[in-house]
Amino acid sequence: MSALLDIRDLHLSMHSFEGAAKVLAGVSLSVEKRQIWGLVGETGCGKSLTGLSVSRLVRTPPAEYTGGQILLDGTDVLGLSEPQMRALRGRRVGMIFQDPTTNLNPAFRIGTQLIDVALAAARHDPSILGLDARAGRRARKAAARKLAINMLTEVGIPAAESRLDDYPHQFSGGMRQRVLIAMALIGRPGLLIADEPTTALDVSVQAQILTLLKQMVAAHDMGVVLITHNLGVVAQTCTHVAVMYAGTIVEKGPIAEVLADPAHPYTQALLRAIPDRSVARGQLQGLAGSVPNLIHPPPGCRFAPRCALARPSCLEGPPPLHTRAAGHEVACPVVEELQHA
Amino acid sequence: MLEIENVSRVFPARQGMFGKTEGVRALHEVSLSVRKGESFGLVGESGSGKTTLTRQILRLDTPTSGRILFEGEDMARLSPAALRALRAKVQIVFQDPYASLNPRMSVHDIVTEPMLIHRATLGLNRQQRTDRAAELLELVGLGPQHLYRHPHEFSGGQRQRICIARALAPGPSLVLLDEPTSALDVSVQAQVLNLLIELQQRLGLTYFFISHDLGVIRYICDRVALIYRGEIKEQGETQRLFDAPDSDYTRSLLAAMPPDIRRVGRQ
Repeated sequence: MSALLDIRDLHLSMHSFEGAAKVLAGVSLSVEKRQIWGLVGETGCGKSLTGLSVSRLVRTPPAEYTGGQILLDGTDVLGLSEPQMRALRGRRVGMIFQDPTTNLNPAFRIGTQLIDVALAAARHDPSILGLDARAGRRARKAAARKLAINMLTEVGIPAAESRLDDYPHQFSGGMRQRVLIAMALIGRPGLLIADEPTTALDVSVQAQILTLLKQMVAAHDMGVVLITHNLGVVAQTCTHVAVMYAGTIVEKGPIAEVLADPAHPYTQALLRAIPDRSVARGQLQGLAGSVPNLIHPPPGCRFAPRCALARPSCLEGPPPLHTRAAGHEVACPVVEELQHA
Repeated sequence: MLEIENVSRVFPARQGMFGKTEGVRALHEVSLSVRKGESFGLVGESGSGKTTLTRQILRLDTPTSGRILFEGEDMARLSPAALRALRAKVQIVFQDPYASLNPRMSVHDIVTEPMLIHRATLGLNRQQRTDRAAELLELVGLGPQHLYRHPHEFSGGQRQRICIARALAPGPSLVLLDEPTSALDVSVQAQVLNLLIELQQRLGLTYFFISHDLGVIRYICDRVALIYRGEIKEQGETQRLFDAPDSDYTRSLLAAMPPDIRRVGRQ
C-alpha cells in the first residue's frame, strides 16, 4: 500500500543576511490512512516548516528546497506549479492552525466563509457538492450551504443552520476551532495537517477538540500530521510519533513503542523535563545548553553538542537510522551500540 | 501571610455608544489564605477570574466587597505611603517574557528600576543598586556579564530569568507568578521551575502560582485552589486534590488532562 504522504529526505534552507540556515536536514516521514502522526519538538526545530512544506506554503525565496521529495498520493508537490498546488490545497491536504481567531475573517459570517471554501473546492471536484459539472450557480450555492450545515453539525456545533449567519466573534475559542476543522474538512482531504490546534485552548476544550479529531479520522479515513510541542497531547491522540530536533527527526515510531522505550538521548531528555505524577519536587531535569546555530550546524548529529553520550564519531556524519522494533527508528548509533555491548 | 476574605468583584453594567453591556460578576465570594513560605496554586480556565483576582491582590483594582489582608493588614485601609512600601513586598512575574521587558532598556536598568522606585523603602544608592542587580543576575543563573545587554539578545528562558530577577529586586516576601512558564519550551520550563524552587528555599519566598497547566501546578505547589466562573470550586493540599477530588468540576478537569506520558509508555 502506498503512503498518503511520503516525505523523503527533505532539505530546506532559509536564506538570511548571515547566510543560509539549514532548517530542515533530511526529514523523512511516511503517513498512511488512519494514522495520526504527532510531530513534536521545541520552538524552532522545524516541525511547522515540515507541515507547511506539504501544502507548499513556505515562501521561496527566502526558503529554498535543496533536496528531497514530498510525495502526496505519489505526486511530488515540490515539482508542481502554483495553479496545480492551488487545486490541491483544501482538497487533498487540509490545514488547521493554532489560533482559531486570526484564521477566520472577522468581517464575514462563518457561513459565507465555509460556503466560499466549499465552492472553491468544488471548482476542482464538483462531486463534493453532489452535483454534476453543469449545475447552475444558484444550485451550487444551495448545495454548498447544505454541505456547510452538515459539516458544522458533524464537528459538533449545535443548531448549525442558524449559526451560519453568526460572525466569528460570536463563537467561543473551542467553537471557532471546530468551525476551522469543518472548513479544513469540507473539501474532503485525505490528509490533514494540524499545526498546534489546541495550544490556544483550555485543557477541557483541548480534550474535546482532540477527541473530535480522532472521530474525524475514523469517519473519513484520513491521515493526520499533528504538530505540537506537547507530548501529553501526542500521548492522548496519536498513533505514531516523530520527535524533531534542529531540523532532523531523531526518533519515530508507534506511540506505545516510543514512549515505552524512548531511545534517543533527546527524546529521553524531553520526557524527563515533563512534570507528571511520578516526579518529586525539584527532580525535574531541564536540558542544558541551547539549540545549535543552523547557519553553521555541527557536522554529524545536531544533538551531539548537548548529548551526554556523544563521542567523536558522532560529529563525523549524519547519524544513520537504526530500527529498534517494527517501525521504531532511532537516529543514534551510540545508543544501539551501548545496548548490544 | 495573605488572607483573601469573601472578595467579590462586579464590573457594572454600562450604557455605551453601541448599547448596553451587561454587568459581569468576575469574582464571587472568593476566600483563600496563603501561608508563609508555601507555594499556593490557582488553577482556572481562561475567563475564570484568575487575572482579576491577581489584580485585586496587587491592588491594581479594588474589590466590590470583601477584604484582602497582607501580613494582617487590610490593604484597602493603607495610606498611599504605606501601600507603596507594601508593594515592595508583593511582586509579580508575568506570562510572556517577550512582552514584559522593555526592549529599549538594558538588563541593568530593568533590574534596578524597582529599586529606584522603592528607594525610600530600600535606601540603596546608585552603586549599591548596580551591585545588587549583579548579585540578582547571579542568583537567577545568568551572571553579571549580561548586565549591559538588551532583552533581544536573550532567549525566552533567559528573559524569564531577568523577569524573576526584577521581581526579586525590591526584596519581596510574596511573589505572584502569572503563568510564568507557559510561553516556554518544556526543557526550558523545567529549568525555570527548578530555579523557582531553589529561590524559594534560599530566600524563604511565598509563591502565589497561577497556571492552567495542572502538571506544573502539581510539581510546584503545596496547596491549590480551583477557580471556575469567579467562584472557588475546591481548594486543598495538592496531593489530596489530585488523588481524591471532591467536586465534579475538579474531576472533569483532571479527566481532560493529557495522560502521564510515563504511564502510557508502561502500558
